[in-house]
Amino acid sequence: MNFTLHIWRQKNTNSTGEFVTYSVNDIDSDTSFLEMLDQLNEDLIDKGEDCVVFDYDCREGICGTCSLVINGHPHGEKKATTTCQLYMRDYAEQPELWIEPWRAKSFPIVKDLAVKRDAFDRIIQSGGFISTSVGSAPEANSQLVNKDDADCAFDSAICIGCGACVAVCPNASASLFVAAKINHFERLPQGKIESGKRAERMINQMEQEGFGSCSNHRHCETVCPKEISVSNIAAMNKIL
Amino acid sequence: MHKLNSNVPTGPLENRWEKHKFDLALIAPQNRKKYNIIVIGTGLAGASLCATLGEAGYNVQSFCYNDSPRRAHSIAAQGGVNASKNYQNDGDSTWRLFYDTIKGGDFRARESNIYRLAQLSCNIIDQAVSQGVPFAREYSGYLANRSFGGTQVSRTFYARGQTGQQLLLGAYSSMSKEIASGRVSHKSRCEMLELIIIEGRARGIVVRDLVTGEISSHLADCVVMCTGGYSNAYYLSTNAKGCNTSATWRAHKNGAYFANPSFTQIHPTCVPPTGDSQSKLTLMSESLRNDGRIWAPKKIEDCDKNPNDIADEDRDYFLERMYPAFANLVPRDIASRALKGICDEGRGVGSVVNNQRLGVYLDFSSVIQKMGSDKVKEKYGNLFDMYQSITGENPYEVPMKIYPAPHYTMGGLWVDYNLMTTIDGLFACGEANFSDHGANRLGASALMQGLADGYFVAPQTVANYLAKGKFEEITHDHPEVVSTLESVKNRIESLMNAPDPKHSPDYFHRKIGSILWTSCGMARDKESLKEAIKSIEQIKTDFWNNIKVTGTDKDFNQTLEKAGRVADFIELGHLMCVDALDREESCGAHARLEYLAESGDAMRDDENFGYVAAWEFNENNPTLHKEDLNFEFIKPTYRDYK
Repeated sequence: MNFTLHIWRQKNTNSTGEFVTYSVNDIDSDTSFLEMLDQLNEDLIDKGEDCVVFDYDCREGICGTCSLVINGHPHGEKKATTTCQLYMRDYAEQPELWIEPWRAKSFPIVKDLAVKRDAFDRIIQSGGFISTSVGSAPEANSQLVNKDDADCAFDSAICIGCGACVAVCPNASASLFVAAKINHFERLPQGKIESGKRAERMINQMEQEGFGSCSNHRHCETVCPKEISVSNIAAMNKIL
Repeated sequence: MHKLNSNVPTGPLENRWEKHKFDLALIAPQNRKKYNIIVIGTGLAGASLCATLGEAGYNVQSFCYNDSPRRAHSIAAQGGVNASKNYQNDGDSTWRLFYDTIKGGDFRARESNIYRLAQLSCNIIDQAVSQGVPFAREYSGYLANRSFGGTQVSRTFYARGQTGQQLLLGAYSSMSKEIASGRVSHKSRCEMLELIIIEGRARGIVVRDLVTGEISSHLADCVVMCTGGYSNAYYLSTNAKGCNTSATWRAHKNGAYFANPSFTQIHPTCVPPTGDSQSKLTLMSESLRNDGRIWAPKKIEDCDKNPNDIADEDRDYFLERMYPAFANLVPRDIASRALKGICDEGRGVGSVVNNQRLGVYLDFSSVIQKMGSDKVKEKYGNLFDMYQSITGENPYEVPMKIYPAPHYTMGGLWVDYNLMTTIDGLFACGEANFSDHGANRLGASALMQGLADGYFVAPQTVANYLAKGKFEEITHDHPEVVSTLESVKNRIESLMNAPDPKHSPDYFHRKIGSILWTSCGMARDKESLKEAIKSIEQIKTDFWNNIKVTGTDKDFNQTLEKAGRVADFIELGHLMCVDALDREESCGAHARLEYLAESGDAMRDDENFGYVAAWEFNENNPTLHKEDLNFEFIKPTYRDYK
């Protein structure tokens, strides 16, 4: 397969970027999307050019590092999938691809397709934890947890912190990310005690970081690679 | 020369850690803020250590190469974490977990360390639950367990197939709490490139800011490496792309001994490679072997047929044939070797890579027939979906294909009972050290070790080291700091400006990977190891002459990052082969063809090789130091899975 790629190139946060067009040829259908970009970068090295920077690490859909908008869709069109889990066979009908970074004021572009997501770390630091210290934990089975609650907590806890929810949101809101963490702890007896304060602090931090508010577009739920439900946002609003 | 002293306490095994803790020196709470500790890496070991040291009141500086500490590769662990809680009343105990781990490691690890690990396993579960890790539960509200990795008891705690993710996010949240408190400072997108040693003690590191390219020195009273394993030496592995040996290899070149580098685990159930563009391999949970039957065609001419058209009598269910008692459930190393053997005979299936078909079938048709596809879906649905998304094939209709892949490295920096390397003030935790898994790691014990080291062991032993020493203040203009910075800059200079730049870092990475995979992978022998050592020496020369890095070193340059890491993998690969050549026995994952029984079982030689091989750096001619393993409590036996 052959592809024409329009890739966003931007030297650093302060410079202006632009789309640059490349072509890649003889791509095998079993090649992953990121491996296709690897191949492009090998060609660029051959030509003596600077490679396209893009974020990746585990390449199995769990670390949350990869972050590309492909033909307008964060993590591509395929549902419940991270960018690293896309394969070129899915693009047999789309020989022309537009590849961009996450676009949000709170995620400044670092270079080319890579963005800075420290804002998410600071939101967690503001309250996304249970205030326990090592050594003080009681015997694990001394506090029982209803199975349904544990399962719901898990469904919220699987967020990988990729930021696709922000990238797709017209308001660049981080509500789904924040709500998933708040709801994860709210569902568990050991986390519930601090729920109110936690929610207040995390939401304040979200606002300080410049993320917008939720106005129920629900695009976040659609692009979330872990299919985290917007019902988390409703649950968060109840805690406040 | 450093004398190897494991500092293992004496007395009854059950009391050793308690006694040792009592003997360790303490630092009073009000004095702790005067001490500075550098922690590199934010996986389970690093994040849990940062959290614990921060809570205790120390000043901690943390670094990771990812864009957030939450992304370290511990996050990808699927199966679970072992603990000897004996909640299932099936006869488990600290002693049994200890025994299983030491036997699983084929008697190539220290009794005292493993016993401590088994003891601490229960505290890990308590700690994780209190942090809000959503482990699987029964309807009663109690924690659920499953049996994992061929053990006879159910001692594995799990959070669906994402236990590593949940444990890491737990440690990350505690670490975040300490960052907020100001006791831990953290820098993402930073890579450690050199260790600063002053008067024989580790006192700092040099890092490169991966975004700006800035090189800077960071000073402290001691340094802890929690930088993971080196499976990526093989190029293709189940590790994240960024996982590397650079921190541990820098430590090694500065005097830290590297122990058992050839002990690497190759996991049998991974999605096979499909072509030259492949960048990584994906692990499919081992649990699939509980219900799937593994087979290959009996006749070579059947290998490219549709598997559903191959009659049952033409299929070779080779694990069932070779190991009738354990059949498809034999341990990882034995299964991996058998799979490779079949493919080497030319009976592999799937895509042709380097003139060979690399894959065998993992077939669920009989269990689908027996249980119905709904039941199978309930049990394995997410794994089947993952397989289909990677391969484009539907495993409910066509058998899966699997092939082994490098997964975990038991070897690592040599550490004593205090997790300190042979450099004073340099500690290593988690997969970065060699300490607990011997020659083979059992399932669900990597998470256990990383967290035991980070939450419970290192915080005590690091404090002891600090309490016993005097640490004069060092400034950034100290001659050692200046010269270390200089050496890092020179190395980057050499990577950017090779005499005859021709090939990318990936080109060299693939080369070293393919040599290690062939000669130092699932099966090793004297001749091919000797050959490999020669080829690696040549690759090293070629690398420094021909490495081609485009762009500049003054900004975000992933090609430069890769080049530096590959340079270290090449040197480590050399040591892996030297170690594998020296160990003239088979044990655990180290299978020397000359020392395998006809059945394929490892023939251990306790008399001559019952030691930890700790290597001292010495350009192309490493020096071996032996730490003899004394088994006071358990009598080594032979693993027999017939």
